[in-house]
Amino acid sequence: MPIQYYLFLSLALFSIGIMGALIRRNAIIIFMCIEMMLNAVNLLLVAFSKLHSDASSQIFVFFNMVVAAAEVSVGLAIIVMMYRKVHSVDINILNRLKH
Amino acid sequence: MDIYEILFWFLTVVAIGSALGVILSRNPIASVLFLIVTFFAISGHYILLNAQFLAIVNIIVYAGAIMVLFLFVVMLMNLNADVEPQKGRLLQLAGVIAGGILFLVLLSALKNTPVINVDKQANDLGLIKNLGRTLFTQYVLPFEISSVLFLSAMIGAIVIGKKEGSTEVKEK
Repeated sequence: MPIQYYLFLSLALFSIGIMGALIRRNAIIIFMCIEMMLNAVNLLLVAFSKLHSDASSQIFVFFNMVVAAAEVSVGLAIIVMMYRKVHSVDINILNRLKH
Repeated sequence: MDIYEILFWFLTVVAIGSALGVILSRNPIASVLFLIVTFFAISGHYILLNAQFLAIVNIIVYAGAIMVLFLFVVMLMNLNADVEPQKGRLLQLAGVIAGGILFLVLLSALKNTPVINVDKQANDLGLIKNLGRTLFTQYVLPFEISSVLFLSAMIGAIVIGKKEGSTEVKEK
């Protein structure tokens, strides 16, 4: 299997994640798109690990998952807090930093 | 076309199709479920690439823990397709064009790279024994630092999620 296929697959997943982050207004969906982008990068790292027979990049994927888990716990706490205050997860309401 | 390639194309179609489902479905719960399908497809790719440990960890951590957390939050807020905020058509079109142009630029930058085949031979690189040895010898310091990161994330989540009233009582 050529490495290009894995490159294009993770590129497609990453681009879909970016599109989702741009076209949706729900904060949770945007968060999920970020998770999808992280997973696209993880997939590419594992493919390169197999290509070069190097375990280091699999360890890197492991740390990626650690950071993603920590990020999700804090981010969802922030979203829940926001929801408690404004009763919405619409990101267009959350532009108070502008004013 | 052997079984490896058939599995590769099947998992690729499932991954991209459900990734599109995540961003296109109106119902947030459907989005969460589509994302779980995407993660399972990516785990299948990990198994094809001989990263069995990461495949299992991906299912346990992502599909098991993170997505359940998302599902809980979506259900807690009682989100459904009726209250789902939508961007205007123009902004959606702009987003799709921006993402598509990024895809095309990177694709054209990468399409002339020399073809290197990932060998289908199984190796024991992704097994727990090998990965554990690498993790606890070469990368033991980042491992310990990530434990501190987890602790701070845990405390941060509790502090952020705490009700306002309890801090106000303390301030008085």
